[in-house]
Amino acid sequence: MSDTLRIVRPGLLTTVQDLGRWGHQAEAVSVSGPMDWFSHRLANELVGNPSTAATLEATLIGPELIVDADTIGAVAGADFEVTCDDATVASTKAFAIRRGARVRFGRRHAGSRAYLAIAGGITTPRVLGSRATDLVSGIGGVDGRALIAGDVLPLGMATLVSTPPRDVAGLALPITGQAQVRIMPGGQAEWFTAEAWTMLTTASFRVSSRSNRMGFRLEGPALTRLHSDELITEPLAEGAIQVPAAGEPILLMADRQTAGGYPKIANLIKADLPLAGQLAPGDTIRFQSCTHAEAVGALIARERQLLRYAGLRDAS
Amino acid sequence: MDISRESDTMWLVRFEQQIDQQISERAIDVATRLRGHGLRGVRDVVPAYCAVGIHFDPLQVDLLALERAIAHEGAIATDASVPVETAPLVEIPVRYGGEDGPDLDALAARAGCSPDEVIERHRAREYRVYMLGFVPGFAYLGRVDPRIAAPRHRTPRERVPAGSVGIAGEQTGVYPIATPGGWQIVGRTDLRMFDVSRTPANLLSAGDRVRFVPVPEARR
Repeated sequence: MSDTLRIVRPGLLTTVQDLGRWGHQAEAVSVSGPMDWFSHRLANELVGNPSTAATLEATLIGPELIVDADTIGAVAGADFEVTCDDATVASTKAFAIRRGARVRFGRRHAGSRAYLAIAGGITTPRVLGSRATDLVSGIGGVDGRALIAGDVLPLGMATLVSTPPRDVAGLALPITGQAQVRIMPGGQAEWFTAEAWTMLTTASFRVSSRSNRMGFRLEGPALTRLHSDELITEPLAEGAIQVPAAGEPILLMADRQTAGGYPKIANLIKADLPLAGQLAPGDTIRFQSCTHAEAVGALIARERQLLRYAGLRDAS
Repeated sequence: MDISRESDTMWLVRFEQQIDQQISERAIDVATRLRGHGLRGVRDVVPAYCAVGIHFDPLQVDLLALERAIAHEGAIATDASVPVETAPLVEIPVRYGGEDGPDLDALAARAGCSPDEVIERHRAREYRVYMLGFVPGFAYLGRVDPRIAAPRHRTPRERVPAGSVGIAGEQTGVYPIATPGGWQIVGRTDLRMFDVSRTPANLLSAGDRVRFVPVPEARR
C-alpha cells in the first residue's frame, strides 16, 4: 500500500513547496518555493528529510488532513494549534503519526505560514525539476494550484528512521506581526531622492491587502524618484523592492516574475526573507541598511541554527 | 559592460542600455558561455535585453571566480554565431480587433490612421524575440513600427485573456496566460505559448524570428 496524505479541509491557501524551480528563469519560469525558506528547511530537518524534500505551506488558516502512513511529521514556522488525532503537537518538534491519523491545524497565534513536513517528503511529480507550486503560472504541486478537499498526495520513502528528537525551542525564528529586516541598496538606489532612502530605513510600512505569494505591496510614505527615466526590463533578484511611478514599493516574494522594468531602491537580504514571509496583510515591516558582509554573516548564522538542529537530531 | 551587485543573491552584467539586436545577441551569448563555466553556487543565468542576471547561493559561490568569468566572457566579442536569417521563424495567426483586440480602434485613432493600417503595419514586420520574461511563455518582441508604437495603459487591466496580442512602446508580445496587464491589446491568437507537456515548453526562444499572420475573426 502506497503512503499518501489526503486533504480533508484545505485551509485558506495550502500549497506543495520545495526549494524552488531554479534554472529556468531564462524561459521566464518563476522560481517559487517557500515564502519562509528557513522554516521549510527546519521542518524537513525535524523529520530527517533532505532540505530538497517538498513540504506543505499553510497560510493563515491551516488544513485538516489524513496521513495514510506510519511515519513522522513536524510543523515549523507560524505558530498554529495543531493536533494529531487527539494529541497536541508542539511547533518545531517531530511527532509520530500512525496510519490513518488526522492532522488538524487550529487557531493561529503568530506568523502566517506554517510548514508541515512528513518523513520521505511529498512526492507529487516534478515539473521542470521542481515540485514547488507556482500559482501564477499554474505549474507544480497539484495541477499548479492551491490544494482542495479530496486531493491525495503521494509520500516518499523515509530515508532515515529518526527517533522523535529533543525539543529545539530557541532554534525557530522569532515570528511576530512586526518584522525588522535588513536591506542592501538596489540597482537603481541612486534614482531616488535622499529623503526616499531615509523614509525607507526609518518609517514603518504596512503589508497591503493586495499582497500575495508574488509580492507584498507596502503602504507607507511614498518613495520619490529624482527623474522619470524608463528602465529596460531586466532580471529580478529575490527580495527586490521595486517602486512603480506612484511611489508605493513592492517587495518581491516567492512567485515573483523573472524580470521587470521598475527601478529597485533596495533588496532584502536572503537571511531575512523568512521574516518577511511570515507577514500577513496589516502587519508591519521596517527596513535597516546593512553591508554585503553583514548579509552573508546573517545567512551563515541561519545555517548554523539549522546545523545545530541536525547535530541534536544525530545525537538523540 | 559593467557588473551591478544587485543583492546578496544576484549580480547583473549590464551592457549598453538600449533595445538593440546586437546588444541582445551579446547578452544571450555571454549568458550561454557563463552557464558553460558551471561555476559552483550559480543557480540561474538569465539574459534580458541588455543585461544578464546571475543568481547564486551566497554561501556556495566564489565571487572572485564569478568576477573573473564575467571579465573573461565579456572581453570576447560576439561573432553572431547564428546568422539572423537561419534563426527559426514562427508564424502566429492573429484575429485582430473586435472583442479580441479591444484597443485596436483607440490605438489607430492615436496613430492617426485606420485600424486596417495598424494591422498592416503590425503584420508587415518580422520581429525578433529579445527575451522571455514576466510569466512563462511571454516573449518580448521588437521592434514595432514607430508609427503604431503606443504607451502602456496608465492603469493595467485586471485581466488580459490568454493569447492576447499587445503593444507596449516599440515592443509587441502575446500573453500566454490570463494575467493583469497594461499592454495595448490589438488581437488574439489560439496558439499555446507555453505548455509544460511539450519540450521545449515555450513556443518561442530568445533569438527566434516571429511574424503575425492575420486570420478572419470567425471564432475557432
